[in-house]
Amino acid sequence: MEFSYDDEQNGLREAVSALLSRAYGDSEQRRRVVGTDPGFDEKTWGQLAEMGLLGLPFAEADGGMGAGPVEVSIVAEEIGRVLAPEPFVEAVVLAGGLVADLGTDAQRAEVLGALAEGTLLPAFAHTEVGSRWQASAQSVTATEDGGAWRLSGVKEPVPNGARADLLVVSALVGDATRLFLVPGDAEGLTRTGHRNHDGTRSAKLTFAGTPAQPLGAGTGDQAPAIEKAQARARIAYGHEALGAMETALTTTAEYLKARKQFGVSLNKFQSLTFRAADMYVSLELARSTVMWATLVVDADGDVVAAADRARLQASRASRHIGKEAIQLHGGIAVTAEYKVGHYTSRLTAIDHLLGDGDWALARLAGSVTEHQTVDALQ
Amino acid sequence: MRLHLSPEDRAFRDEMRTFFSTAVPQSIRDAVAAHRELTKEQFIEAQRALNAAGLAVPHWPVEWGGRDWTPLQRHIWREEMQLAGVPEPLAFNTSMIGPVIATFGSQEQKERFLPATANLDIWWCQGFSEPDAGSDLASLRTTAVRDGDDWVVNGQKTWTTLGQHADWIFCLVRTDPTAEKRQRGISLLLFPMDAPGVTLRPIELLDGGFEVNEVFFEDVRVPAENLVGEENHGWDYAKFLLGNERVGIARIGSTKRMLIEAKEHARGITVNGAPLSEDPYMTARIAELENELLALELTALRVVANSAGGRPHPASSVLKLRGSELQQAATELLVDIAGPMSVASFADEDSDVPEWAQVATPSYLNYRKVSIYGGSNEVQRTIIAGSILGL
Repeated sequence: MEFSYDDEQNGLREAVSALLSRAYGDSEQRRRVVGTDPGFDEKTWGQLAEMGLLGLPFAEADGGMGAGPVEVSIVAEEIGRVLAPEPFVEAVVLAGGLVADLGTDAQRAEVLGALAEGTLLPAFAHTEVGSRWQASAQSVTATEDGGAWRLSGVKEPVPNGARADLLVVSALVGDATRLFLVPGDAEGLTRTGHRNHDGTRSAKLTFAGTPAQPLGAGTGDQAPAIEKAQARARIAYGHEALGAMETALTTTAEYLKARKQFGVSLNKFQSLTFRAADMYVSLELARSTVMWATLVVDADGDVVAAADRARLQASRASRHIGKEAIQLHGGIAVTAEYKVGHYTSRLTAIDHLLGDGDWALARLAGSVTEHQTVDALQ
Repeated sequence: MRLHLSPEDRAFRDEMRTFFSTAVPQSIRDAVAAHRELTKEQFIEAQRALNAAGLAVPHWPVEWGGRDWTPLQRHIWREEMQLAGVPEPLAFNTSMIGPVIATFGSQEQKERFLPATANLDIWWCQGFSEPDAGSDLASLRTTAVRDGDDWVVNGQKTWTTLGQHADWIFCLVRTDPTAEKRQRGISLLLFPMDAPGVTLRPIELLDGGFEVNEVFFEDVRVPAENLVGEENHGWDYAKFLLGNERVGIARIGSTKRMLIEAKEHARGITVNGAPLSEDPYMTARIAELENELLALELTALRVVANSAGGRPHPASSVLKLRGSELQQAATELLVDIAGPMSVASFADEDSDVPEWAQVATPSYLNYRKVSIYGGSNEVQRTIIAGSILGL
């Protein structure tokens, strides 16, 4: 068991941090970027591609860098630290991850190569109104006619659904869930985009007999593969949340030292400093669990269970730190002009994109009688 | 970054597991598992078994019985010991005064005390807290005045855990009442509990047990050679000692064992025709505790790996804070599982209430101490806010 980063990983963190601080070191820059579509900066996205970050986890044969989940976690943390709105986890870890896991040789080469170069943005179109963090499709269906597949139904909300060049869509084929590739400009596809509370974008996608290409060559249920790819994305989101929580905490601590009331700085009030100390405790406990989950991915262990554990701890910590960051600041933190409230908004979004803490707890509770203890050391 | 134990560490864990489950008598481990009070003889028998195998003081310098293990190996050692229900080597000896003597003591003191301390031939107790010096330890008032070759000690200590078994006391005393900074006027003295002028009064606790005592000193004469380190530097040694105390204080293995017990007991209780162990709220409560304990254990592994030069990582305060909360949560869970049986604390031998349910509430009440001792949780928050967050 080893928790320290090697020199190369530290170097990666420095490089990503330098790039993203240039882009978003001043929180006004982020406000400007998320003020217009597509909700992120195409130029910064291109720079992430130039650094090789958009192909980080993919095989070199598919146009990627062949790096591991630890490297992915480092990028996600730096994204979270400055609240960069570029959809790294959504496009690379989740949508790209599905193509990497399930795609044919040709699909992988075509999609992942272009994703890595920054010329193709994929999005995973999976959530449906009324469904809740499941691995299977709910009501969107796929039908085959003479070898040609068509999709019908509505996916909403789909992160980056309006901007995406390629959609990875889940649909029912009988009782099985299958995945399909649909170009963003396909006939029979209507896309209506909107802004989310955290500045990112989502869309309603209506498929009306839309032509689609099956992802992969198999014919079995792909829900288990979706579960696994979502688990990896949950863990990567955990790292994005860690970066965001750390900034929320340090920003709050700085504010407590700078802000004066009753003639003294706020850090003279023990009721406030104790609450900041509790935020630190939450952050460090979440950090340990999320880092561990990434090591489980790296070792090809039980990724789904590890993701549930990381999700539970990160969810509890995100809510605690997000809410306290605002309360300890006071009114300034609920203004759009000041940065810390935006961290709470993003943490709240991450908490609900792929399953919240209670959802993860319900899954963990279901298996609590099946083991004697939870062993950290494997 | 690596998940798995190395083959060497895995072998080490197996070795510890085998040793702890075979070399310490089952009757002693059963008593620990049942939360029964151990007798002095049981403590001594268990520690001597560990010491004979070189497992009582692995964190001491090698020349005094230490093992030069990695932080991870020490973690495994402690964890496996707690999981097996082996009583830990007496903290006052092995975590507190032993390392202080090994680091700051004279050669004569090392030779005289360290082997006997490791083997529990001397049972030490801690003379720190006083009626008016709890969290604010530096305000202590017990005095030692130099008279010829002796120090003469007068005053009172309290919360002296297991002082009734103790042969010797390590005692913070004020040797310079005029020091400008009150921390600078304190020294650390060692003396026998049967020295003339030492009297001990047991304090009955909420759980009916006698775990702590008051100790009174009236003109107790202590030879000058029993001063540890330098005169008026006792505060430095106390801080060193309390830092060591905090590392093992999370008691993760012990809480793990309580959760195992909780699951077993919940299986045996029926609620509306179904086992309590299948109740959705109960399973969620246990699952959340298990996850929080995992987070704590992983944090402990991060902290031990980053403790440079034997000095505890500042985040060790997180371990004390959260470790005590989880120990308390586990004892509370056991009371709740016992339900109506939990009131039958001192039932007779013919009672059908199982022993675990009888001791559940006394344990729960007793464990309120863990967020108070070793630097109360409020002291830990002060440390985190001050030395980590700079507030």
